[in-house]
Amino acid sequence: MSATSSIAAGPASALPFTHLSRAVRLGFKNLSSHRLRSLLTVLGIVFGVCSVIAMLAIGEGASFEAQEQIKNLGSQNIILRSVKPPEEQKVSDKGSQSYVLEYGLTYPDLQRIQSTIPGVTVLVPERTLSEYVWNISRRVDCEIQATVPWYPAMRNQHVVRGRFFSDEEMAGSANVCVLGAEMVPVLFPLESPLGRDVRGGGDYYRVIGIMAPQGRRTAAEASGKGAAYRMFIPLETAKTRYGEILMKRRSGSFEAERIQLHEVTVKVAGPEQVLPVADAIKELMRHNHLKLDYEIIVPLEMLRQAERTKQIFNVVLGSIAAISLLVGGIGIMNIMLASVTERTREIGIRRALGARRRDIVTQFLVESVILSAAGGLLGVALGVTIPWLVTRFAEMRTIVTFWSPMVAFSISALVGIIFGIYPAFRAARMDPVEALRHE
Amino acid sequence: MLTTPVSTPIVQFEAVSKTYQIGLVTVPVLREVSFAIHAGEYVSIMGPSGCGKSTLLNLLGCLDRPSTGRYCLGGEDVSQLDDDALSTTRGTRLGFVFQSYNLIQQLTVVENIEVPLYYQGLPEHESRARSCRLAERVGLGHRLEHKPFELSGGQQQRVAIARALVNDPLIILADEPTGNLDSTSGAEILGLFDELHQQGKTLILVTHDPTVSRHARRTIRLHDGQVESDVRH
Repeated sequence: MSATSSIAAGPASALPFTHLSRAVRLGFKNLSSHRLRSLLTVLGIVFGVCSVIAMLAIGEGASFEAQEQIKNLGSQNIILRSVKPPEEQKVSDKGSQSYVLEYGLTYPDLQRIQSTIPGVTVLVPERTLSEYVWNISRRVDCEIQATVPWYPAMRNQHVVRGRFFSDEEMAGSANVCVLGAEMVPVLFPLESPLGRDVRGGGDYYRVIGIMAPQGRRTAAEASGKGAAYRMFIPLETAKTRYGEILMKRRSGSFEAERIQLHEVTVKVAGPEQVLPVADAIKELMRHNHLKLDYEIIVPLEMLRQAERTKQIFNVVLGSIAAISLLVGGIGIMNIMLASVTERTREIGIRRALGARRRDIVTQFLVESVILSAAGGLLGVALGVTIPWLVTRFAEMRTIVTFWSPMVAFSISALVGIIFGIYPAFRAARMDPVEALRHE
Repeated sequence: MLTTPVSTPIVQFEAVSKTYQIGLVTVPVLREVSFAIHAGEYVSIMGPSGCGKSTLLNLLGCLDRPSTGRYCLGGEDVSQLDDDALSTTRGTRLGFVFQSYNLIQQLTVVENIEVPLYYQGLPEHESRARSCRLAERVGLGHRLEHKPFELSGGQQQRVAIARALVNDPLIILADEPTGNLDSTSGAEILGLFDELHQQGKTLILVTHDPTVSRHARRTIRLHDGQVESDVRH
């Protein structure tokens, strides 16, 4: 076998490989004479490797989705939102009072940001109105978003059919609307909605386009407002049709809120300007608002935050992995020490028949590496299967990166070497005479 | 009187002593033992227990090194070799037969016979062929794939003898080879030794049983760590 395979190298260098392959076969033979024991020993490594790969895959998937969502908000954007200030919340929770709350972003805010802060290129103001939208007798509870014509380009959203409204329609307060794809089958189950009219409040709007559906978990949902059904109308149209006071009726009372703008998206010229501009806007808003009736979301900051979270997650995972592999390694060491004691006689026999110390080291080291590598392989198989099952049955996104099974497997093999060295040397250090006398 | 002067002896002990250190006390076990054994001899080493038989056997078998003195095996001084060299010497020049057979339980008959060749790095097919031949020679050609626990004591000892022969050693060392056997199997084993002697193998047999030592052509008696008598018969 060795003589034919290496004519150039000669038997001297071919020997170690042949020897190793025989040592591996011998190792398998010895381990298979204690199947259950070997299996139980291996389990520690299996679970360690498997949990690392599975958790990494799930974590990777989750963080990928989070980053996708943040990217959908636009990494060069700064988003300002109106928030009901906490003290007002308390008052309105009493429920009996009926008066008009006034809070949130205003048109002067918009004006100030545009005129005083350099680096701001585009502003996208937005009003959100909760309203039933009708097609004859079909009805959906819808969020009407009143905004500007450049909204889709700014928020990474696309019109799939038809078009978004134009500057002229905006300026002329035209009664046109763009429907979110989610509500189309509900309102128009049979025919195309383009060119048809829908009723929202007291007015009819002509459907001119359909927006692409948002992902399964949308940015809006992630930030806390579930907007399954969306409809877009020009901001000017909303101003003339709805005014600024929003009524919410409850049994026995009603409350009204005066909000000029619900959301403003600020686009900054370059990514390096995002944070300074965000700071400037924060400062500006702080000076002009007495109450904290707004929030400022910087997707870039969130992205960085998400990356940092992921790093922490990876460190935590790494420690868990290290601990579980350590425990697995100790298990292997334990069983190898027991095996060395149990096979003292065999070691004596082998030494008497010509085995050198290093032959004995090789024999026991090979066995512990087989154990840990087999555990590593099983763990990789299981660790790749579990994310697949999770994706299939829990509909969670998982990503098994190319390197995670490789690293996990190499570490498990390394564990076999590290924790096999001591028992192997202990076996080799035995005095052959003593070992032969051992019962 | 002891040696035929023409050939160099295979085993030569020159004033070999062995002492053990037990705590603070130094215990001499062998004291200035000298003898020579030539190729083809059949020697038995006898003596009461505690006389140093086992120590002598360990020294002869290169399992241990003498404290003082010189041991030449096949014309080469092995008394100062390091552990690796001693292992190689055991593997290439010596064959062992033990009282309790000392077969490796998880290996089959033929694999047990192969063990010394494994450590010499002999190609597998070659060592397998040689082991099969030897198994047949000791009458176990039909038991090649059996495990030791499936064999009788006599059969196990025959496997051990085949294993001792597989590396074509200079000497075969047997330590009470019939000690664990009934008289019939014991006689069989001794018959096998006689056969080997007739084929020119050098045999050294350690025993305390006079009927066993009668098979040998020469008896060295040890007493209290010294050679008491050395007789040919």
